[in-house]
Amino acid sequence: MIQAIRQIEAEAQTALASARNEKDIEAVAIRFLGRKGALTGFLRNIAQLPPEERAAAGKQANEAKKSLEAAVKQAKKNLSGKDRPENDTPIDISLPGRRATPGHTHPISQITQEICSILERMGFSVAEGPEVETDYYNFEALNVPKYHPARDMQDTFYISDNIVLRTQTSPMQIRVMEKQSPPVAVIAPGKVFRCDSDLTHTPMFHQVEGLLVDENVSFADLKGTLTAFVHEMFDSDTSLRFRPSFFPFTEPSAEVDILCVMCRGAGCRVCGQSGWLEILGSGMVHPNVFRSVGYDTARYTGFAFGMGVERIAMLKYGIDDIRKFFNNDMRFLRQF
Amino acid sequence: MKVSLSWLKAYVPLVDDVAQLAQKLTMVGLEVDTIEDRFEYLDTVQVARVEVVAPHPNADKLTCCKLSTGDIQADVICGAPNVAAGQLVPLALPGTILPDGREIRAATIRGVASGGMICSRAELELGSDHSGIWVLPDDLPLGAPLAAALDLSDHVLDIDLTPNRPDCLSMVGVAREIAAFSDQPLTLPDTGAEGDGEAIQDKTTVTIEDPDLCPRYAARLIENVTVGPSPEWLQERLRSVGQRPINNIVDITNFVMLEMGQPLHAFDFDHLAGQRIVVRRARPGEVFVSLDNKERRLDGEMLMICDGDKPVAIGGVMGGLNSEVENTTRNILLESACFNPVSIRKTAKALGLHTEASHRFERGVDPDGTLAALDRAARLIAELGRGQLVAGTIDAHPGAQPVSPIALSIAATNRLLGTDLDGSDISRLLAAIGIETETGAPGEDRITATPPSFRVDLTQPEDIMEEVARTWGYDRIPTRMPHIAAGSARQNPLRQTKLYLRQLMTGQGFTETVNYSFIRADAADALQLAADDTRRRGVKILNPISEDQGVMRTSLVPGLLETLGRNLARQVKSLKCFEIGKVFTDCGPDMQPQEEEMLAGLWTGDRTETAWHGKPVPCDFYDIKGTVESLTQALRIGPVEYQAPSADAAPYLRAGAAAAVMADGQTIGFLGALAPAVTTRFNLKQQVFVFELAVARLHAVIPAGITARPIPKFPSVARDITLIIPHVLAAEAVCQHIRNSGEALVENVRIFDVFEGSPIPSGKKSLSVRVTYRSSEATLEDEAVNTIHQRISAQLLEVFQAQLPT
Repeated sequence: MIQAIRQIEAEAQTALASARNEKDIEAVAIRFLGRKGALTGFLRNIAQLPPEERAAAGKQANEAKKSLEAAVKQAKKNLSGKDRPENDTPIDISLPGRRATPGHTHPISQITQEICSILERMGFSVAEGPEVETDYYNFEALNVPKYHPARDMQDTFYISDNIVLRTQTSPMQIRVMEKQSPPVAVIAPGKVFRCDSDLTHTPMFHQVEGLLVDENVSFADLKGTLTAFVHEMFDSDTSLRFRPSFFPFTEPSAEVDILCVMCRGAGCRVCGQSGWLEILGSGMVHPNVFRSVGYDTARYTGFAFGMGVERIAMLKYGIDDIRKFFNNDMRFLRQF
Repeated sequence: MKVSLSWLKAYVPLVDDVAQLAQKLTMVGLEVDTIEDRFEYLDTVQVARVEVVAPHPNADKLTCCKLSTGDIQADVICGAPNVAAGQLVPLALPGTILPDGREIRAATIRGVASGGMICSRAELELGSDHSGIWVLPDDLPLGAPLAAALDLSDHVLDIDLTPNRPDCLSMVGVAREIAAFSDQPLTLPDTGAEGDGEAIQDKTTVTIEDPDLCPRYAARLIENVTVGPSPEWLQERLRSVGQRPINNIVDITNFVMLEMGQPLHAFDFDHLAGQRIVVRRARPGEVFVSLDNKERRLDGEMLMICDGDKPVAIGGVMGGLNSEVENTTRNILLESACFNPVSIRKTAKALGLHTEASHRFERGVDPDGTLAALDRAARLIAELGRGQLVAGTIDAHPGAQPVSPIALSIAATNRLLGTDLDGSDISRLLAAIGIETETGAPGEDRITATPPSFRVDLTQPEDIMEEVARTWGYDRIPTRMPHIAAGSARQNPLRQTKLYLRQLMTGQGFTETVNYSFIRADAADALQLAADDTRRRGVKILNPISEDQGVMRTSLVPGLLETLGRNLARQVKSLKCFEIGKVFTDCGPDMQPQEEEMLAGLWTGDRTETAWHGKPVPCDFYDIKGTVESLTQALRIGPVEYQAPSADAAPYLRAGAAAAVMADGQTIGFLGALAPAVTTRFNLKQQVFVFELAVARLHAVIPAGITARPIPKFPSVARDITLIIPHVLAAEAVCQHIRNSGEALVENVRIFDVFEGSPIPSGKKSLSVRVTYRSSEATLEDEAVNTIHQRISAQLLEVFQAQLPT
């Protein structure tokens, strides 16, 4: 009798050992421990045994049942994650996942932020100011009196005789210096407006202005700062050239060209065959500008610069038409 | 400013090729915009021999010619009387574009094919003869391109001159710069001009009544001239810079202006009443007909050149029709003057009249160059017009201003430039561009610089420092990094918030757009704004590019809707986009508007991208509200309330599906479904959901810091309740009631189901709420929680007249 019980128990253990998953284990449990299971049936038949065998057999059978139940439990426990029943059938892992489709930051925001963070790392603070300016801040304080021919350099949108849409971010130079004594190290990103619209001009665009004022700031510092900036913004081997120019609020003034990023100086359509691309205007702050904010021109010198964000974005991303920035065609914006 | 190399060569030897020259000019600050090969159009004009000339079968005045260039045989129909077999002629092959813009094409003329054109001198702009075809010298090589055959070569540089360099608005000025950087001699034009006979002072007078506007007025007289075409050399000079020859007198004044930078004007002396010149301000309201045959109404600030009784020219801007040099003109009074730059600019602006003369006077002409240009032109007029130059010159010069020397510190120069130049370096650099210097005693930190009279832009020490930098070469100035004190840079919290908002919006699937800050004036109407809405106080632009861009925006919504419209037209059906930008509210005349930065978002179409794991569901009010809730939650702003907007606050949103976003008692913005009428107005054919928030107000309610709370030690217990309540009752009211019930153990209230429809009676909805209870001191007993929950439930049933579901 006891032999038979041992036999059943051994069979059950073997079956359990070869069970590969919960389903198999369950089948084993049912086969031996279920209502019609082998061990259950055995236990049910104990009553019919001779009384002297009954106690021992009962004990043996109960022990076997307990140990089997424990074994089943253990076997279930032993199943590692990879053998869990729901993972048994392979799924099509090629189907796309459920995405939280992210949106896109506008290329102008991206480039503005890139410009600002390069300059912020150098120690410049960021200031922002009005987009609708007075004639004083946009022109007069920047050494552009009324009826100065330099006003022809920019086509201005007028709100009234005295109020204009700022044509440049340079009025921020004045606003910052009026509030702060030297040293000043500030950049001012923002929208600017000019009454001009064609393939290469939109009536609104973006600039980042820069201003550094302290004792002993020189043209050499200007060259160093802008060279470091260009090398971070483009490539560390980008050649630059500083070329004399004219802005009413700087003197000496310099246009900064970089070697054409498209043709590497060989001459192409983008650089108008010159091999160079104009990307920045800059210069040493004109003493008249310092006078308009009450800075001591004998003590302080400074440099200022301004760059067009669209221009840099077009070069970095290979965009050929400035109007694309403001059409907001999703097929364009989703590339960024 | 256009300069041709052929013309420049008259004043300075050009040792560089054109590309090098352009590069060097650019590097001294005279930026060369374009280099044009003047004779490029002659590449397809070849020397050809006329082999056969036969009459045209269908036209008396035409001939059928057979030509050969050696390689090419061409049949050409010719209308010129002088064509003959054996001639060498210029043959323009198909594809040639003539200077007047005509393109030569193979054509059929009266039934006969013609493969090119035999040209006259005039047609090739290589002379004025248009009487017949140009018969070329016999020794030219057959088949050679015409420019090569005639040894024609010229380039035109278009220099983008900055306003500070009026001295370079002339051939001599540009030549002077070239002479300086290439170390070549400069040859100035011959300005000797002796006259004969009775002196000019006996024949005319010049009176300057307003010397503040006209510091100098000089004149000469030339008698008995013959007006006619200019000689070829003069025409060629003008044509080389794109000017059309007119007649010898006008051409000479233009030529000398282009050559020396001094605008000149020739009057028909016999048309000057009283034979004299009076320089005075116009009488207000005076009417004057300028040379371009337009009536000009004058104001009292405009300087006029007058004769004995009337204006004859707008000083420094344009002459008058009443004293114009005509073919019959015999006697000429030639003017060379100096005018006040600001006055000229005002006048030119007021009259909308920008001329070569006003362009130069506005920027400043050489106050000492007046007489040289006058003499140069007077002599040319006498020569080319075969007239007599009257002896003497009138030179009214009430406003003579001696050039004042500028004192310069060598140390300050080096400090500004970052250079290490000494006094002799600086003197040498300045001498090359005609600036005379005097150095002080050895060791003295001082140089005195006297600029030449034509450099009207040099008045301050920094002006001279710039010249030092320019002539030394920007590329030779060292490159170094400035010292910016560590820790001096300041944070800009509002800007940080904007950057964060951008990330939050893109993280929620919205794509950033940038729309123009100016919109159409009727956008306020399109948004159905009330008459007294502040968003109707748009700032108008006086000179907009178009009516569509006439007013500064007072809301970002119209721009987003326009963007949506453009994208819908390009098959985009679902869109989530946003913008961060300013809106502008008018604050009264001559005042800066109030500027406020806004964040606006738009959602239309499907809630999610079409995918295999779910059917597309259209987005709705709760999507746009959820977007704003996510934003405020990420910014840790709380509590935020959503209320029905007050009347007229957001008329562009559908009443009943609009909310004002409130925080800290302030309205931060609005959100909701676009009103159907607005949707129609913007030609949109689908439901659109928008929000617009004021960035600064949002920024203001962001908590400054975070104080961490302890994590609860004891478990929470949740109980649900479902109520049947009126449809119109806000679910939030129920939640709020529970929160404010005074029961201290209520930790959280959350709606988990809202249902309308059978079996719920119409006009009602079922609302299921889960209340979470927790004590910070002990694990809650079920009994205790049940008691509280029942108490709350009973209250809700009573307060909201709710029922329990059956």
